[in-house]
Amino acid sequence: MARIVFTQQLRRFTETPQVDAPAATLRAALEAAFAVNPRLRGYVLDDQDHLRANVVAFVDGRRCQDRVRLDDALRPDSEVHVMQALSGG
Amino acid sequence: MQDRAWVATRKGLFELRRRGARWELAGTSFLGEPVSMLLPPQDGSARLFAALNLGHFGVKLHGSDDAGQTWQELAVPAYPPQPEGEPVAGVAWKLVQIWSMAAADGVLWAGTLPGGLFRSGDAGASWQLVESLWNQPGRAHWFGGGYDVPGIHSICVHPQRADELLVGISCGGAWASRDAGATWTISSHGMRAAYMPPDQSGDPNIQDPHLIARCRAAPDVFWCQHHNGIFRSVDNAASWHEITSAPDTSFGFAVAAHPNDPQTAWFAPAIADERRVPVQAALAVHRTRDGGRSFESLRGGLPQRDCYDLIYRHGLAVDADGEALLMGSTTGNLWASDDAGESWSLVAANLPPIAALRFG
Repeated sequence: MARIVFTQQLRRFTETPQVDAPAATLRAALEAAFAVNPRLRGYVLDDQDHLRANVVAFVDGRRCQDRVRLDDALRPDSEVHVMQALSGG
Repeated sequence: MQDRAWVATRKGLFELRRRGARWELAGTSFLGEPVSMLLPPQDGSARLFAALNLGHFGVKLHGSDDAGQTWQELAVPAYPPQPEGEPVAGVAWKLVQIWSMAAADGVLWAGTLPGGLFRSGDAGASWQLVESLWNQPGRAHWFGGGYDVPGIHSICVHPQRADELLVGISCGGAWASRDAGATWTISSHGMRAAYMPPDQSGDPNIQDPHLIARCRAAPDVFWCQHHNGIFRSVDNAASWHEITSAPDTSFGFAVAAHPNDPQTAWFAPAIADERRVPVQAALAVHRTRDGGRSFESLRGGLPQRDCYDLIYRHGLAVDADGEALLMGSTTGNLWASDDAGESWSLVAANLPPIAALRFG
């Protein structure tokens, strides 16, 4: 099960569940988290379901490759961290 | 006189309360978060709205039914999927900011960057893009003014006919609808754009009205603080004429229309266009009481030296009687007048940069 963890900064605004999901891609992992808290989607993705310009996702320590498709492959033991990018600060 | 007002700033929403002859800060919401617009309770509703523009996590809309004591997050306007090859270059169909809000007859309107108008019939629980305006072929010629993308900063609903509204767009001119947004007519004929090649300066679709304000008692009368001048319409925005009698400068962002007197309006002038500070570092409010034929430069109580405050387009407000005004600056100064601008007093000097303020 891949694990997805959200930055503590998001907890000021909405619940950020730590989710373990059988997800094969980054987008699938995000969708698993959004299923737990639907409001989280608008904080992480924009109107077009792209990763927000000032949000960054790491898969096993590596920055995600495509902010539009979010199709980075996950292993069963992958860990995804969704962070705020310093560019937006 | 109204005894409550709200101030939207770069670092939160502040409630103002009148205590005797003075205004005091009475409450704070969203401390630390940028608040781009607010809408006080009106139209028989108790709901107060605040639009946030979070640096990392996007635009959010919150509503309060108890005057800011508690808030709930509401739906935010969202753009539909952007078609492949959509022809307007450089404009992603992504919400950048809620820049204006209005309510009338049970309908809530939100004007946004990058230029979409949204409608809610359920007090912000859901939103629909007004596609009739968004799909106007003329939108392809709009461009950003102050931001990288176009935006709707003014929503003027007819006080008696709620289906009739006019929106102001930087830079896309003014557009009017008489059927609740089903169809739209370009309504900025007569404005002049000095920043365009001469043969295009009269194009109504590329005008940069910084703000448009409507007289409540005489709703055919509009005032516009434009990028390169002041314009007025007396025929329900069928035509505009330029007013050139303002002293020193006709540049600025804000305008407030007297709710009862169509001859009176207030402006917050600044040096055009690349400096954007008060003329000679002395802050003034320009008031006309004769439909723009002449202006008074009102300075009582305002700093007259070493002043570099700029008043943003939503930073000047008049109350429902036309006597009380509030004015807030990018430097975080907030002034109040109870005599229609003749004299001003400093309410607060160390607020965050002020984006918008409204009575109510």
